[in-house]
Amino acid sequence: MISVKNLSKKYGSFTAVNDISFEVEKGEIVGFLGPNGAGKSTTMKMLTGYLPPTSGAASIAGFDVFEKSIEARRHLGYLPENTPLYLDMRVNEYLRYRAHLKGVARGKVSEAVGEAIELCSLRDVEKKMIGALSKGYRQRVGLADALVHDPDLLILDEPTIGLDPNQIRSVRELIKNLAQRRTVLISTHILPEVEIMCSRVIVIHKGKIRASDTAENLLKNHRAAGQLRIEAKAGPEAREEFGRMAGVKDVQVEQDGEFTTFTLRLDANADVSEEAFRLAADRKWNVRELVRKRATLEDVFVELTHSDI
Amino acid sequence: MRTLFHLTAREVKSFFYSPIAYVMLVIFLALNGVAFYYAVQTLTKIPADESVVFVTFFSPFFVWPFILIMPLLTMRVFADEFRMGTIESLTTAPVKDWQVVMAKFFGALVFYIVLFIPTYCYFFFYKWFTGIPAAFAAGPYWGSALLLLLAGMFFISMGCLASALNREQINAAAMSLVMTVLFIFLAALPDFFVGKNEEETKWLTHFIGYISFFEHLPTFCRGIIDTRPIVFYLSLTALFLFITHHVFQARKWKS
Repeated sequence: MISVKNLSKKYGSFTAVNDISFEVEKGEIVGFLGPNGAGKSTTMKMLTGYLPPTSGAASIAGFDVFEKSIEARRHLGYLPENTPLYLDMRVNEYLRYRAHLKGVARGKVSEAVGEAIELCSLRDVEKKMIGALSKGYRQRVGLADALVHDPDLLILDEPTIGLDPNQIRSVRELIKNLAQRRTVLISTHILPEVEIMCSRVIVIHKGKIRASDTAENLLKNHRAAGQLRIEAKAGPEAREEFGRMAGVKDVQVEQDGEFTTFTLRLDANADVSEEAFRLAADRKWNVRELVRKRATLEDVFVELTHSDI
Repeated sequence: MRTLFHLTAREVKSFFYSPIAYVMLVIFLALNGVAFYYAVQTLTKIPADESVVFVTFFSPFFVWPFILIMPLLTMRVFADEFRMGTIESLTTAPVKDWQVVMAKFFGALVFYIVLFIPTYCYFFFYKWFTGIPAAFAAGPYWGSALLLLLAGMFFISMGCLASALNREQINAAAMSLVMTVLFIFLAALPDFFVGKNEEETKWLTHFIGYISFFEHLPTFCRGIIDTRPIVFYLSLTALFLFITHHVFQARKWKS
């Protein structure tokens, strides 16, 4: 559905997107992850034909977004960042206008607008001025606009930013429903959202793709895949002994009264909890607590994007 | 065509959604009323060889609002889209850039035509109440209307360019006001050379005669349809719309 090849974007001497390539298959929900300023929006703007790339190419449904821009745009529903809308129009009027622009057949406009209003639960406000709506409703109007012409592909730039938790949940549900028949590329920096919704995650940082995989695989292959915390009555020699176990990267020690807390950072897929327990039992270190902590997507995200590798 | 129609319809509607449009309509109506009133008064006191239509359009109460209304008409057409960010949703819909430019132009033009409807009603009422026609043939009505339409197209295309060049409405308004005023008062340029060697400035007077609005206005208000100004205004309108289109496209390359 989306094919991106060696795409780059430079603003003057600043490189916002640096030679990225990826593919999105039909029916996928892909989460586009990255810190602010990583190049997510720029990439999306290039995909929608709003910005021309400095080099490289991208195509949507087989149409080059630059050469065959109009055809590519027909397959696309786009929700820009911050949801720009005409504040002086009414919700249904705006959606009708957009449906006409996007080439919905004349006789089908009312039907298409009605469906979009229904899907996005805008029935209560369809006759209100967009300027009078709350942020959550505006976001939904933006979504209704993106899908009013029933596109194959939805590109949503931070669709849940600025919404309250209830609204986030309803928008998330909505996107999940939409995705049943469509391909969705969604950018966000809210991590639980990605874990819940997306079949694949692309992590982008400083204009480069750092990872592209399912959330599950990312967690599995993450370098600091997990931690093991042991609270035990043990001397300083325990640190070395724990550190000698296979799969342990390093051990941090913290004194807590008679007990000492050892935090073991583990390699990917390493599970040393049984071994550590036996070791403690052999050495007669009284264990108060032994906790295995799974890495979260947040850990992966931080690992992939905090440093300047 | 359908896309262009819907884009234009949205432009026209957006004029009537803003209170400023109604203020403009009322002020323009009132000032044109004053111009018309003085035209009738003048002709009553000093009978002259000119029609009411002619004298009305030569009143400062017509000319000044006519100049000042141009920037107000066009200042927001592009600037607002850029400021609100709606340019992004507009240009990522399957819409061509030239369609956007033409829609902005036609939208402003439709509102401009609406602005003039009351003025022409004055002439109609004049005949109705006095039994004397405001002009003595169909020519002056249609001639003046045609010239106002042509000049309007030209000034609106200039305003569209100013709006496409600026992100802030006020800057767009200032820019198009300067361009409009410069163009309108080109006619006064030869006056600066009065008393100089007339042979030397003859070409200038001649040239200004071709392009000055105040040279065209009397001709058309007398019912003479001169094709030279028609070609002049149409080609300049096309030129300015062409430049506007390119400026609008250049947004993509500026960053």
